[in-house]
Amino acid sequence: MTSMANPETGGGTHPGYPLTREQLIEMYRYMVLARRLDERMMTLQRQGLAAFVIAGAGQEAAQVGAAMALRPGVDYVAPYYRDLAVNLVFGMTAREAMLNALGKRDDPNSHGRQMPAHWGNRSRRIVTQSSVVATQLLHAAGIALGARLRGEELVVFASCGEGSTSRGDFHEALNFASIHRLPVIFFVENNGYAISERTEKEMAVEHVADRARGYGMHGAVVDGMDAVAVYQTVKAAADQARRGGGPHLIEAKCYRLWPHSSDDDDTRYRPRAELEEWSKKDPILVMRGRLLEDGAATEAELAELETSVQEEVREAAQWALQQPDPAPEDALGFVFKEAD
Amino acid sequence: MAEMTVLEAVRTTLAEAMERDDRVLILGEDVEAGGVFRATDGLAGRFPGRVIDTPLAESSIIGVSIGLAHYGMRPVAEIQFADFIHAGFDQLCSEASRWCYRTCGDAWLPMVVRAPWGGGVHGGQHHSQSIEAYYGHIPGIKVVVPSFPADYRSLLQAAIEDPNPVLFLEHKRTYRLIRQEVDGAPAETRIGRSRIARRGEDVTIIAWGLMLHEALAAAEQLAAEGVGCTVVDLLSVQPLDRETICEAAKATGKVLIVHEDTLTGGFGAEIAATIAEEAFEYLDAPIRRLCGPDIPSMPYHPAMEHFFMPDRERIAAAARELAAY
Repeated sequence: MTSMANPETGGGTHPGYPLTREQLIEMYRYMVLARRLDERMMTLQRQGLAAFVIAGAGQEAAQVGAAMALRPGVDYVAPYYRDLAVNLVFGMTAREAMLNALGKRDDPNSHGRQMPAHWGNRSRRIVTQSSVVATQLLHAAGIALGARLRGEELVVFASCGEGSTSRGDFHEALNFASIHRLPVIFFVENNGYAISERTEKEMAVEHVADRARGYGMHGAVVDGMDAVAVYQTVKAAADQARRGGGPHLIEAKCYRLWPHSSDDDDTRYRPRAELEEWSKKDPILVMRGRLLEDGAATEAELAELETSVQEEVREAAQWALQQPDPAPEDALGFVFKEAD
Repeated sequence: MAEMTVLEAVRTTLAEAMERDDRVLILGEDVEAGGVFRATDGLAGRFPGRVIDTPLAESSIIGVSIGLAHYGMRPVAEIQFADFIHAGFDQLCSEASRWCYRTCGDAWLPMVVRAPWGGGVHGGQHHSQSIEAYYGHIPGIKVVVPSFPADYRSLLQAAIEDPNPVLFLEHKRTYRLIRQEVDGAPAETRIGRSRIARRGEDVTIIAWGLMLHEALAAAEQLAAEGVGCTVVDLLSVQPLDRETICEAAKATGKVLIVHEDTLTGGFGAEIAATIAEEAFEYLDAPIRRLCGPDIPSMPYHPAMEHFFMPDRERIAAAARELAAY
């Protein structure tokens, strides 16, 4: 395939890809950054320095592929707790991610008020979320309706795990968004498990996306271990939604490489052989292999990138550990917003 | 000056708010057709695209309102009957109430949820209930319970202008029953104030909604018998105006709290506890509560419905007993 001009960057796309060489490398960088942050957070937890970690390991391709298909600063994301990488693409820094992991006073997400990985940043258009799953899907529909009423052209990306799709709010949100043809991308990261429950205990159909038809919306299943495939699927959906084509339900098939959280022992329910099989498809390894194979990057470039990410994460953790904790009485305040 | 019913007060205030601020919009079940109580009558035609029918799904109504408010709109959601709001409890309790708190003020939700509540309309178990105790227990949501049309005007306007989620409870029996001369514009007011609606020396009665009107009628009756009643129109459950409540309690030393909601864990318990903590030394009698009995909900048959609800006679009887204590 020949190289084509990319209207967004002005540069040419890499042969065989919808992205430029630089964008492909950026994609890989976000994925590696998310994984290294997860690993560092888990280390801090094992050292007794962080109380709790809930990671996205194994879902980086789905998250980065999707988020890079959106427009940070314009589009909204209503992520769920595993979506660290989505937040990174939308502007969160490694330092901020570490402040969040440690519940520090200056964590921009919630200043130590929520458990780690409960994201939110209004100016970046990252919608605050709780631990209750699927509630954010309705918020996404509301934001999309508001934008429609104000004539603002944007897409709202609302993600969740496949476990969340059992909840009533999943149904209500898809129904509402479809009735109003709202520009919402419902993005389900199907990682195979809701804590210990395999998908067959959560649903009787093979794909979450099969339900799209029941709501009169577009549905798609995509290989969630392939960042480029996810990018292409979400990009096409977002472009269509932006033009008034209505909501989409996209299911990214991925795999949770780690236990549910730092408190979970997955050996109780997950066969080791299965994990080993999926580990071979680790999205970061897959992406790395492709970049080299297709000539988008050299070994030296990637090695340098990996070293630089490693250093960025190490520095962020060291820095965050030195930052102030909230004072006990910081628990008070902001129960209500004061009127202007 | 014009006479207005509670319903007219609500409708007029909604229309004025929509006229003044194009971010204000209404969503709920049947609202485009005017709503089952006609509270939004004529608004869909007057404000095209800003009165939005929703599916029959309360979590949607509240969850979508959260998204709208976060985006910068000023949604006024209607829950058709307060009894059905609980399907949206999670969205109110786990999401709306904490939006500002969990972001340390980075985000907030200027939204109103209106809900007709209360009995006396043969609504049976699921069209009669009081919900203020459930939602008054949640810091982060304001819960307003007006009784008079003028207060519906000023408090609904204040609710729409408030940057926080406000649950605005409208007693459905009073919609067409209670009339009042109302000035042109709503009075400037702040949510979280109670009002002493009547002063008397012997007993203080605290009530809201339909019960406030029954309490005032009882006070009138008792005055003729020589028993003076102070009556507090609560107006707001959250924030609770502890100062006015305690001042009124201290003034008579005897307190009767009246609500339609069932006794145990009803909001009267919180008011009684507040008075016990802050005005104990002024009390001349145990605090009394006159409430619905501890049965799951108000029964349908008029005889049982009447049995369930306190009324002016029972309020007068309880106040009389208290005065004689």
